[in-house]
Amino acid sequence: MSPSGAEFIRQIKNEIAEVDPADVHAALDGANGNGGVTVVDVRESDEIAQGHLPGAKLVPRGFLESRIEGAVPDRSEHVVVYCASGNRSALAAKTLTDLGYENVESMTGGITLWKDRGYKVEVPRKITAEQRERYSRHMLVPEIGAEGQNKLLDAKVLLLGAGGLGSPTALYLAAAGVGTIGIVDDDVVDLSNLQRQVIHTTDRIGIPKVDSAEITMNALNPDVNVVKYETRIDASNIMEIIEGYDVIVDGVDNFPTRYLLNDASVRLKIPVVSASILGFDGQLSVFAPYEGPCYRCLYPVPPPAELAPSCGANGVLGVLPGTMGLLQATEVVKLVIGAGEPLIGRLLLYEALGATFTELKVRRDPECAICSRPPDEISEDEMGVFPDYEAFCAAAG
Amino acid sequence: MAIVRIPPVLRPSTGGAKEVDASGDDVGAVLHSLAEAHPDTQSQLFADGGELNRYVNVYLNDEDVRVLGGLDTPVGGSDVIVILPAMAGG
Repeated sequence: MSPSGAEFIRQIKNEIAEVDPADVHAALDGANGNGGVTVVDVRESDEIAQGHLPGAKLVPRGFLESRIEGAVPDRSEHVVVYCASGNRSALAAKTLTDLGYENVESMTGGITLWKDRGYKVEVPRKITAEQRERYSRHMLVPEIGAEGQNKLLDAKVLLLGAGGLGSPTALYLAAAGVGTIGIVDDDVVDLSNLQRQVIHTTDRIGIPKVDSAEITMNALNPDVNVVKYETRIDASNIMEIIEGYDVIVDGVDNFPTRYLLNDASVRLKIPVVSASILGFDGQLSVFAPYEGPCYRCLYPVPPPAELAPSCGANGVLGVLPGTMGLLQATEVVKLVIGAGEPLIGRLLLYEALGATFTELKVRRDPECAICSRPPDEISEDEMGVFPDYEAFCAAAG
Repeated sequence: MAIVRIPPVLRPSTGGAKEVDASGDDVGAVLHSLAEAHPDTQSQLFADGGELNRYVNVYLNDEDVRVLGGLDTPVGGSDVIVILPAMAGG
């Protein structure tokens, strides 16, 4: 005779390992916040919306077989699965064991017992039905999912420049649902911009670029809060503008601002996704303060003017800032959701005519004028004090 | 013979060539050989004292020569030297 559902679950529980919430809590409180345990919530999305264990990967049981490899690629990892009360997670633990996961436990009592014990739960941001539809292709990607999309919606990204590089970056970060996007630019839309600055339009010639960018971004995605700074960034305002942002995208067109941005972002420990373009050539890197090199480690001094022509003077392939700007946007998304290997300590060169990519190593410079000093040795008085970058760059020439 | 990759700003000095073959046992020798063949690159690569200009980054394959042996870094026949200037266009 076939067993009843309850009997079947009892049999499964005899075949799998179970773990008490107290042990899971202790493990999560351990080293690096996860104690070497990967916690997987196998409930449905409407249950998860009420709260889940901190740091849990969210894989509903109905998608377990198809999505677990994305959430937990290493089958030797210690995995704890849980549900509401411990029944569905027992079945999920059996499935994972059958799939070859070597160290799987089901948490007894599920999140109900976890909460009864007074342990903390994370309540995810409420995603509306429209957002679920809008970001559905992100939600399907294991590396992003609902968790990553929530991080994007909570993220604050600052774009320096709404020009060649800033245009594609702003468009795709807005589309991706980055919740707050700041844009700094004091220029107005010019006819000569439109060969590459695709966020602007012909009927907006003459209006401020920050306004034009906001119109396009909000038309694409009204979720995005666009913060406009119609100003030229300088030593007097940079700390105030950039503080509080999670990531900065450097698409400025001059060396003094690039050095100023570097020095200020190192002081405030904000990562910068940096790109530059000229002709058919582009450069890209991520400068994460104290984790990797900074812009000055790579370029201690700027080149003289004759070796550093601008796009305005020497021209640029219109598609090139699109290519480089979207590589920047990709790095931003990776930094926000914590996926992949960001381009830290590496410089990517793209040469469009030859269609070649070259990767070079970038090391931290122990003699670096800015990032070699330990951050705790920098006094409050020094925080917003910067040298004269115009003079610094002019001296190079 | 090493291959030297020429950045766009130096290409007018090499007749437009993106890559140039140059001989030498170390990075300094290769770059001097480049400067002899294309004299306009001399002042762009080297300061008056003969040292590499500080604003010129030079890589042997994928590594900055500043963390190797500088201009004395040995160069093999199949090595690629990349001359890299900073760019500011955005």
